[in-house]
Amino acid sequence: MSNTRFLTADALSGAVAALAATRRVLIPVRQPAVKQSVIFAPYATGMPVELMRATIPPKEAVLPQCETLISYRMLKDARNPGSGSRLELDDTPQAEATVVFGCRPCDARGFAVLDRPYLKGPFADPYYTARRHCLTVVTQTCPDVESTCFCHWTGGGPNSAEGSDVLLTAVADGYLLEAVTEKGDALLAALDGTAGVTDGTDRQEEARNARAAVQALLPAAPDLATAPQAVAARFADGDFWEAQTAQCLSCGACTYMCPTCYCFNITDEGDGVERPGRRIRTWDTCMSPLFTREASGHNARMTKAQRMRNRVSHKFSTYPGTWEGAFSCNGCGRCVSNCPVHLDIRDIVLAALNGRQGA
Amino acid sequence: MSALAGKELRIIGFLCNWCSYGGADTAGVARATQPTDLRIVRVPCSGRVDPLFVVRALLNGADGVLVSGCHPGDCHYAAGNYYARRRLEILRQFLPVLGIDPRRFEYTWISASEGQRWQAAVTEFTRQIHSLGPAPKLEDAEPLVRVADMALTALRPLGTGRNAALDELKAAIKAKLPELDCVIGWKQGYDAAHAAPLFMRTEADVDQLIWGPLNVSNPATYLPSLKGKKVGIVVKGCDSRSVVELLQEGLIRREDLTVFSMPCEGTLDMARVQQELGSYRHIDSVERDEAGVTITADGQPHRFCMVEYAQGKCYGCTTPGAVLADVRLGTPTPVTPAEATPPELALLDGMSLGERFSFWKTQMERCIRCGACRNACPMCVCRDYCVSESRDPHWLTQEDKPTEKLFFQAIHALHLAGRCTGCGECQRACPVGIPILALRQHISRAVSQTFDGYRPGMNTGATPPLLGYAVEEKSIHEREWK
Repeated sequence: MSNTRFLTADALSGAVAALAATRRVLIPVRQPAVKQSVIFAPYATGMPVELMRATIPPKEAVLPQCETLISYRMLKDARNPGSGSRLELDDTPQAEATVVFGCRPCDARGFAVLDRPYLKGPFADPYYTARRHCLTVVTQTCPDVESTCFCHWTGGGPNSAEGSDVLLTAVADGYLLEAVTEKGDALLAALDGTAGVTDGTDRQEEARNARAAVQALLPAAPDLATAPQAVAARFADGDFWEAQTAQCLSCGACTYMCPTCYCFNITDEGDGVERPGRRIRTWDTCMSPLFTREASGHNARMTKAQRMRNRVSHKFSTYPGTWEGAFSCNGCGRCVSNCPVHLDIRDIVLAALNGRQGA
Repeated sequence: MSALAGKELRIIGFLCNWCSYGGADTAGVARATQPTDLRIVRVPCSGRVDPLFVVRALLNGADGVLVSGCHPGDCHYAAGNYYARRRLEILRQFLPVLGIDPRRFEYTWISASEGQRWQAAVTEFTRQIHSLGPAPKLEDAEPLVRVADMALTALRPLGTGRNAALDELKAAIKAKLPELDCVIGWKQGYDAAHAAPLFMRTEADVDQLIWGPLNVSNPATYLPSLKGKKVGIVVKGCDSRSVVELLQEGLIRREDLTVFSMPCEGTLDMARVQQELGSYRHIDSVERDEAGVTITADGQPHRFCMVEYAQGKCYGCTTPGAVLADVRLGTPTPVTPAEATPPELALLDGMSLGERFSFWKTQMERCIRCGACRNACPMCVCRDYCVSESRDPHWLTQEDKPTEKLFFQAIHALHLAGRCTGCGECQRACPVGIPILALRQHISRAVSQTFDGYRPGMNTGATPPLLGYAVEEKSIHEREWK
């Protein structure tokens, strides 16, 4: 067969179930509450497969909120207590074959942003590497556009394949799956034999049209080619950052909802004697004063303005400086819509570009 | 584990050095038989016992916690146990909302000479814990999903504030602006269906000011960080209570503050509005009439009746007008106060202890620990120095377990006891919609019931109950050990 498959609308759940038989499949799951959210969670038999935009991006697949890097234990020889203690240590990365099923192109591009520092930097991170290599990303091209979407400002788009292995496009009576990498080919091959899965070559035209229709909905994007220089030029302009961040609450919602934020903290928990000690890695946020507080008590970024300057500069200036111009913002808009006070990063970047001062 | 594993339970005792620790010693010297389940931690005073010690112990797997100090009137430090009495009583009433059986916690007063009383207390408390059995663990709780019922009746007619005197308000702010560093209010947010905080420094900024049910955020949150500056603030009734509470605690200065207010007719629950709007590219218009708002998105009109779509807190609101203001425009609708249980609290009230434990475990699993709940809270004034981030004492591990996340919420709720005005910003800010306001509402109700119907943020002269004490407490009664 070709590198495309067509799934009838009814076959979607069956296809996910077929994949889930041999690997972990993370799908967007609705969390019932007055304020509903959608979170990627492992598929379990009977779960509805709905392809909704997720509140939290699927970066947990490669960078969990909390992961154990090393577990350790001090052991004594009971028969010879005077012989000292022995350290038992386990630093095996926790990784299993995983499919992210139904994220959006901005989420998938997040994996590409994370790959650069974690895989392509001077030191490849063994934990990230282990998980990334057994991850396959099935991305739904966007069926709609939201008012907070600005993926096309940052080099992406509702049909971008960057970071994806398979693109899934909703067509009239089902879904077209198109592999864009070898991992994607393998995933599609694994679907063969599942009810309702056929070759999709004859549906490609229809899918192309559907994607073009969504692309056409996007309003014109401003040119951010000079954003790295414009944002960097504001670095020492304290008044600019003060004015832009007056409303910021200094929480970390923007960074924890961001598909491209990758900072972490490492702490040791447990004593390693009574029960195993754990050296864990957890998400950290540059919005927290603790992020830069030094042991002496000195803090390099005392104010929220300095912290926000770091966040915006990293995404639009320093990261592109390190990685050939690529922004570490995919324009998913989560930080705008989920910010408790709707601070808009687009406004800050545009203000830097256009020489505006106030908020 | 000792040979008694399985027979012994884990009971922690926090004993005042000056009385109860001596009382336990007296019992020992007298060779009084005592159960061996208790592990004693000696503290300088019962006033040293942070309620968080107790919650941490219980969430970490203790089967019971006993606090014992000097008899009221006998404190080695004069008043430590008076403060402790109020804190521990509120703690006792708080535990059930977490799903923890309040019988697992007791506090009592035993002097150094009361060896027999100590023996009776420890024997009876241990018997009580054994009858309850080993404490359930949060990790073992079964998943449970429940959603608050938002079909509510308001105490007053809700509206959209469309006839509010916004132009007069802008004029009043402009007149005051030269004396002020800034005035905080609201502007349009990322689209016409959302508002965002506005910091007005120029007349042009004032022209951006909006008023209406989209103004959901509480501007009082910014006040402590602006201490020392001359600040103006536009408030809804609920926001004004936060301002008053900050003044009560001396966290901001009245002479630096200018409060502008208009009567609030209710605010929208943006979470439910967003859900109804769904995915949209553009807001075409937002139109207000007397009873609701019509938001047209991508050519599609959506009607939001205030009676159906208000924030939970608005239904039971009794302060549509500001409690304190320098510039008042308009007259608020009169409200007849009545017993109203907020929806999140009603949800918890309807559950058993076990169900609450399961409920919180399920909810906390999706918490991403962003800290929005804390940072949006106007009463969380420690800001950059939150105890939850301390490594010494190590209140929380960095592990993303529901126990740690729930304990974080317990820290917030207990630190808000008698201070929370119920503005609901914690819950509104939560990006994953965890109904954490219920914990604050529960503790506020306990404070109100224990201290003569006290409501925080109503009177700048009032002392918050947990920052004070009475020698004779009207509603706190000593437990008798038999």
